[in-house]
Amino acid sequence: MKDKILLAHGDGGLLTHHLILEHFIRPFNNPILAQMADAARIQVSTRDLAFTTDSFVINPIFFPGGDIGKLAVCGTVNDLAVSGAQPCFLAASFIIEEGFSLNDLDRIISSMASTAATAGVAIVAGDTKVVERGSVDKIFVNTAGIGVFSPETILGVEKIEDGDVVIINGCIGEHGMAVLSGREGLGFETSIISDCACLNQIIQELMARHATIKFMRDPTRGGLAATINEIASASAKDIYLFEDKIPVSDEVRWAAEMLGMDPLYLANEGKFVIVASREEEKEIISSLRNHTLGRNAAAIGEIRKGSGNVYLKTCLGATKLIKMPVGQQLPRIC
Amino acid sequence: MELLQKYRDPELGKQILLRIKHQVGRPLRIMEVCGTHTVAISRFGIRELLHGILDFRSGPGCPVCVTDSGEIDQMVELAKLPNVIVVTFGDLMKVPGSYSSLSQEKTKGCDVRIVYSPLDGLKIARDNPQKQVVFLGIGFETTIPVFSLCLEEAMEKGIGNFSVLSAQKTVPPALEALLNDAAINIDGFILPGHVSAILGRQCFEFLASKYNMPAVITGFEPVDILAAVALLCEMICQGQAKVLNAYTRVVREEGNPAAKSAIDKFFIPVPAVWRGLGLIPASGMRLREEYAMFDAGRIFEINLSPAQLLPGCVCGEVLKGKITPRECQLFGNACSPVHPVGPCMVSSEGACMAYFQYEGGMGRV
Repeated sequence: MKDKILLAHGDGGLLTHHLILEHFIRPFNNPILAQMADAARIQVSTRDLAFTTDSFVINPIFFPGGDIGKLAVCGTVNDLAVSGAQPCFLAASFIIEEGFSLNDLDRIISSMASTAATAGVAIVAGDTKVVERGSVDKIFVNTAGIGVFSPETILGVEKIEDGDVVIINGCIGEHGMAVLSGREGLGFETSIISDCACLNQIIQELMARHATIKFMRDPTRGGLAATINEIASASAKDIYLFEDKIPVSDEVRWAAEMLGMDPLYLANEGKFVIVASREEEKEIISSLRNHTLGRNAAAIGEIRKGSGNVYLKTCLGATKLIKMPVGQQLPRIC
Repeated sequence: MELLQKYRDPELGKQILLRIKHQVGRPLRIMEVCGTHTVAISRFGIRELLHGILDFRSGPGCPVCVTDSGEIDQMVELAKLPNVIVVTFGDLMKVPGSYSSLSQEKTKGCDVRIVYSPLDGLKIARDNPQKQVVFLGIGFETTIPVFSLCLEEAMEKGIGNFSVLSAQKTVPPALEALLNDAAINIDGFILPGHVSAILGRQCFEFLASKYNMPAVITGFEPVDILAAVALLCEMICQGQAKVLNAYTRVVREEGNPAAKSAIDKFFIPVPAVWRGLGLIPASGMRLREEYAMFDAGRIFEINLSPAQLLPGCVCGEVLKGKITPRECQLFGNACSPVHPVGPCMVSSEGACMAYFQYEGGMGRV
């Protein structure tokens, strides 16, 4: 049983202490966490702070292109980054099912550590609970993050104007399809890997260069359709998307077709949507394409006067109303 | 991959659209009998682009939608049995029966699992030898051979705790039932590409020879569908009735003999009740007597009260093409994907779902 998480790992005693020290603090490797205080003491500037939290319950916990740990770091880092803040510190909490493999836990923690290091953020606080078998599915992770806004950047839906352009940094639907392909009972052969990635560096570079960026959001759960609908609704403008401009890889297109799904509604974990003035469209796309996370960047739509609706111009020239996704997209049967 | 692009070529699509518009003298009513076609027609905007020229009606082409309330009730009762794992395709979960759905039973603690292929159900049976695993078998000619393969493997590997509740159906008898209904007025059929790949073109020849009804088999890309519509309109306008194959890259004259014999080995046609269409002779598939050990309908004794119609739901009328989803009083109000009243709003291939998702409140720009 040495390789499994036991209820005793969560009882606050010796095993808990050992688990935290060896399996969390050592790999996360930063002096603030190593103090093992009740709260992390951190230094932030006098500027405005961004503060967010997100929970991760993905199934399967390991999927092509990532795992629940990488996702938990990227998810929170990206929420801070698209708000226009520079992510600095993360807290991570784990709820682990009794009997969970210690080896899998180590893989997850190591993935979080390397993802955080690449993104330049420190995991400075955390918590672990172990619950009886069946009370959670393997492992749930929550991350909270603090970021700092630079004084000159203020993003907001209220800045969005008619004629603005909508840009995305690459192909949609890869995370959703990769996770689905790894799910038990739904497994199918595919080379699709999740786009799961921290976007803070590409976003910081972009914002330093382009002052006309007005708003950003990452189209995660609910896909591009949900995010564009959120932007349209919050800005009370109509948004027109152009089907032939939206980048989708052939693999995702085929797999989505096979499963009866629409890539517009599939989750992404390494994409962000930008609303900016049309005058800087070409420059923004060229900046994005210079970065590995923006190779397939494209202008996919435009803002028009309206009342918060999203329309898709199909390749044949029809105009479709694109709604918020409803319910879970499940595979079809023939 | 390049092939797919060709069938999505916007320029080619627009040319065919123009041809159709020039050709058609009076508004025509065309029925597609495949959920994937229904979604594609809405998704690509073909319905909108041919509005006023062609009236597309969705036939009984979505396997989830045509599954009768009584069959859903039976599935719900199976899920409630102790020691049983029910395995199903996702879309079936939320379809309401007379008093409950699989989704509701799962919330109450029944073991209902979603898979993509029947073969995954077999794996669940292998992994849970102490449980009875029942696969809820719905689908048309495209899925029935997969069930045959699955049973073949169950026999080969001696998996004794796996069974199928067979509610599968076959498409040609349903078309015949529609054509025998004087109240249904259709000028031509777009025939399902995948089902035709199994059955072959010749299985649909009766549409022309017996009923003088033009029909075209086609695929699912915009150019596929538009080309089929153009051929269909040409035949209708010239008063011709043929069954044409515009999906020759997939569909053969005789179909797929291996798949057909796989169906025939395990299953035998029986009368079946279709939602909206009622009892249709030889349109269902039952396991042959010698494979009764895999037939959940025979293994488990289930007492059912008579199936109840869903109040106000006119999915049956939609499935016969008598009305479009928008003509239903409940559409978009009492019945939406969040709170579906009938199966056509549940299934991702249902006509109401396709209308709700892609046809709602659009305005031309």
